[in-house]
Amino acid sequence: MASDKTTAAEAVVVRFAGDSGDGMQLTGGQFTLSTALAGNDLATFPDFPAEIRAPQGTLFGVSAFQINFGSTAIETAGDAPDVLVAMNPAALKVNLAALKPGGLIIADTGEFTKRNLDKAKYDANPLEGDGLAKWDVLAFDISELTLEAVKPFGLGKKEALRCKNMWTLGLALWMFDRPREPIHDWLKQKFAKAPELAEANIAALDAGHAYGETAEISGPLKQVHVDPVASEPGLYRTITGAESISLGLVAGAQLAELPMFFGGYPITPASAILHHLARLKEFDVQTFQAEDEIAAICSAIGASYAGQLGVTSSSGPGIALKGEAMGLAIMTELPLVIVNSQRGGPSTGLPTKTEQSDLYQAIYGRNGDAPMPVIAARSPADAFECAIEACRIAVEYMTPVMLLTDGYIANAAEPWKVPNPADYKPFPAKFLTEKNAKNADDEDELLPFARDEKGARPWIKPGTPGLMHRIGGIEKAQGTGHIDYSPANHQAMTDARKAKVDGIANSIPDQDVCLGNESGKLVLVGWGSTYGPIHQAVRRSRKRGLDVSHVHVRNVWPLPKNLGELLKGFDKVLVPEMNTGQFKTVLRDQYLVDAQPLTKTSGQPFAIAELEDAICDALGEPRPSQIGGEVEVNETQLPSPEAANP
Amino acid sequence: MNDMTPVQTTLKDWETDQEVRWCPGCGDYAILKAVQRTLPQLNADPAKTVFVSGIGCSSRFPYYVESYGFHTIHGRAPAFVTGIKLANPELDVWMVTGDGDGMSIGGNHTMHILRRNIDVQILLFNNEIYGLTKGQYSPTSRQGTKSPSAPGGSIDRPAQPCAFALGSGARFVARGFDVSKNLPEVLKAAHAHKGAAFVEIFQNCIVYNKDVFNDFAAPKGAEDQQLWLEDGQPMLFAKGTKGLARDVENMTLKVVDVVDGDWEGAGVMVHDVKNRTLAHMLVELPFGPFPMALGVIYDDPRPAYDAVVAEEMSKARSAKASNLGALLSKGQTWTVDGTAQDPI
Repeated sequence: MASDKTTAAEAVVVRFAGDSGDGMQLTGGQFTLSTALAGNDLATFPDFPAEIRAPQGTLFGVSAFQINFGSTAIETAGDAPDVLVAMNPAALKVNLAALKPGGLIIADTGEFTKRNLDKAKYDANPLEGDGLAKWDVLAFDISELTLEAVKPFGLGKKEALRCKNMWTLGLALWMFDRPREPIHDWLKQKFAKAPELAEANIAALDAGHAYGETAEISGPLKQVHVDPVASEPGLYRTITGAESISLGLVAGAQLAELPMFFGGYPITPASAILHHLARLKEFDVQTFQAEDEIAAICSAIGASYAGQLGVTSSSGPGIALKGEAMGLAIMTELPLVIVNSQRGGPSTGLPTKTEQSDLYQAIYGRNGDAPMPVIAARSPADAFECAIEACRIAVEYMTPVMLLTDGYIANAAEPWKVPNPADYKPFPAKFLTEKNAKNADDEDELLPFARDEKGARPWIKPGTPGLMHRIGGIEKAQGTGHIDYSPANHQAMTDARKAKVDGIANSIPDQDVCLGNESGKLVLVGWGSTYGPIHQAVRRSRKRGLDVSHVHVRNVWPLPKNLGELLKGFDKVLVPEMNTGQFKTVLRDQYLVDAQPLTKTSGQPFAIAELEDAICDALGEPRPSQIGGEVEVNETQLPSPEAANP
Repeated sequence: MNDMTPVQTTLKDWETDQEVRWCPGCGDYAILKAVQRTLPQLNADPAKTVFVSGIGCSSRFPYYVESYGFHTIHGRAPAFVTGIKLANPELDVWMVTGDGDGMSIGGNHTMHILRRNIDVQILLFNNEIYGLTKGQYSPTSRQGTKSPSAPGGSIDRPAQPCAFALGSGARFVARGFDVSKNLPEVLKAAHAHKGAAFVEIFQNCIVYNKDVFNDFAAPKGAEDQQLWLEDGQPMLFAKGTKGLARDVENMTLKVVDVVDGDWEGAGVMVHDVKNRTLAHMLVELPFGPFPMALGVIYDDPRPAYDAVVAEEMSKARSAKASNLGALLSKGQTWTVDGTAQDPI
């Protein structure tokens, strides 16, 4: 297969961009699968408009899918693509700025019509002239070639053109030496009821592949070979964040030995969790599509009250609606897991873009003193572990727990070493079955708000004989849980609720330094999906001899007990976040540490290069771009100086 | 309601040790007693009984019933009930709400619990006023109700809870009032209905909306304005001297005089609890020209949502083995051999 024009690369970034109706997400998803099967490590970044079918050919209707794959560990979807596949002028215009100088543009000339150029606001055809001189351009009529390839199957023109994405995928599979068989299998399965469509798509795929073989004879098209990554031995699959959270919740409920009740309401990008769980009834998972976000969480609390593990999921606006009910779960001390797949805000904001701007909302966003533990997943695979941890804390501490992910994690895919359920320590839920105290006359007494050594109250299922009692949102007397508005009692109960949540820090591991020294000149402190770019930026900077460490915090509330001491060991603390500096404020508040923000709210994940620059700036070193380093920096991706130094 | 082992209890067994904190003379006391009197007659088991409420005067109810109780948040009781019943369909759940809780802030949830048909008894205490927040007009207040929030009298048109319930797809709709001796019978019928049973109970708020229902619900002297409905019985009122007959021309009902008990001769209709069209007419009858329709207006069960879900769940569990390891490794997988290498 490999020819003499084959080159080897450690890692490659490819971006497929087209109209939202062009099937770019599907193309990217299948390329991902094929890449995973080829044994590369990978990370993906789907980037699509909020509209289901935005007007064809428009700039805002462009849908893109980026994949970074390589023979070494891949932590991010990559900064600048090496290859941009542009299915129309709008896709080229929107994505061109991101393309690495010297990178390859593959464009479908069949779509570069006057009408489409107008829609993309091009005065002249960019494929003609020298506007693209910085890049290699491979422009040919993919539309025509596709029509030609599927001719024998007698499809209408519209249907035939729908196979364009498979033609393009075929070309990409050839370029990167990926197997076609898994895609053939997938197409046969997908179009089982319409075999002619399966055949047409396979023909288009094979034609794209064959075109690569032929076209390499001349021009810029080269085959690139990326070796498989040396991973830990074991069984692997690819997983998206939404799948991973769903599976983690199922595993968590099993480890708690509880049936799971999931109350949800459709919202982007959280709905995928509801879809996954709805198919898992045999695992004692019950899903309920409620009438609204409020009913979704209230039904989940009702299920927890009745003895199941209640779970609800949403994104920022929906989480805001659930706030009052979270307060009730905190007040009545019932277990509950709330998944927040963050997106750009405020209000409806950027439904399909990523952001980490719900941290304040997660930690503080309720009326009253309403402490609630918060865990943040760093990647699709990590979300599995975090979901289990959220279930454990909820059940062991009788508390709602928020699990933060974001649009990036929810949609992105990465290879995942399939865990063995037997490796996880169970945390079976305990239900009170008889009265738990004695009154002054030495008679058995029920104290629904007695506390164990962790500060947790007993879980009492309705239906248990002899343990009838009442709970609610009104302040309750210590022990008995009867209504009690008295000053001393409210003070004591407020303190008890806080102490219980603070005490969760005793059950989580000490904060470690995931890369670098335990003390030094600079530490980058991150949480959530910024893990990948921060890790890579710190790794590259350390390779250049810079004294920088990476601390990644999973338990963002309560924080690990040693975190304050750890941070004090560094001269400078830099907190990169996809918000205006929320975690930075939390760290300053908790530790009086001079944490400095590095913020980005463009709806796009951090690029490694911009973080490397920030590291250099903090250390007073020249940026890699200034010393002609290996990394190309795209100015448009840099955070503004104001954002970095408010 | 649920099939459960009969348990012998008395009214006393359903009283808690908590001091009841409604205003002296509040209609809620009478409703509480009616419920506590009814539960022993149903052979209800306190351990399997759950009272769930929202917020408002009515929603303090669970604290006074010796069973399981959950006083939740404003308007959301139906959603909590739904979760409880889906988690454990064996529980016998009563939901207590008010006109503000159930028709205003929680109107959405009231609609959905009814259309889904969760197996629960819903008691909506209608006093046509916000009591706990000190007397603002409510979504059921009559136009012109003077209140701190509408000193010149309210302008909005009132909602009609039973019409709302029918419109939402309720399969059981009944009415009663706080001091009525018939209330326990209405509650028993609601309990016997499998599915969501909606009961509107007119309740006298003696502080902010005193005696607003006196024309038909005064303890004495208003009996002639009450039409107590009974399935299969003629729709008679005013000691049998009047009845409701079809007004065919206008496709509605009319009041007719019944002479010497000859209701058939007068054309009085026989009540049919399964006649949905009739139910719609009965709940919409304007009071004044017509009596107040009370008792079981509509009762035509359909499968309860929670029962259907429980069946689906049990089928799924017996049809497929639940192997977590197999689930985790579903889809296309690949195996990596050899020794691990530090990726950094």
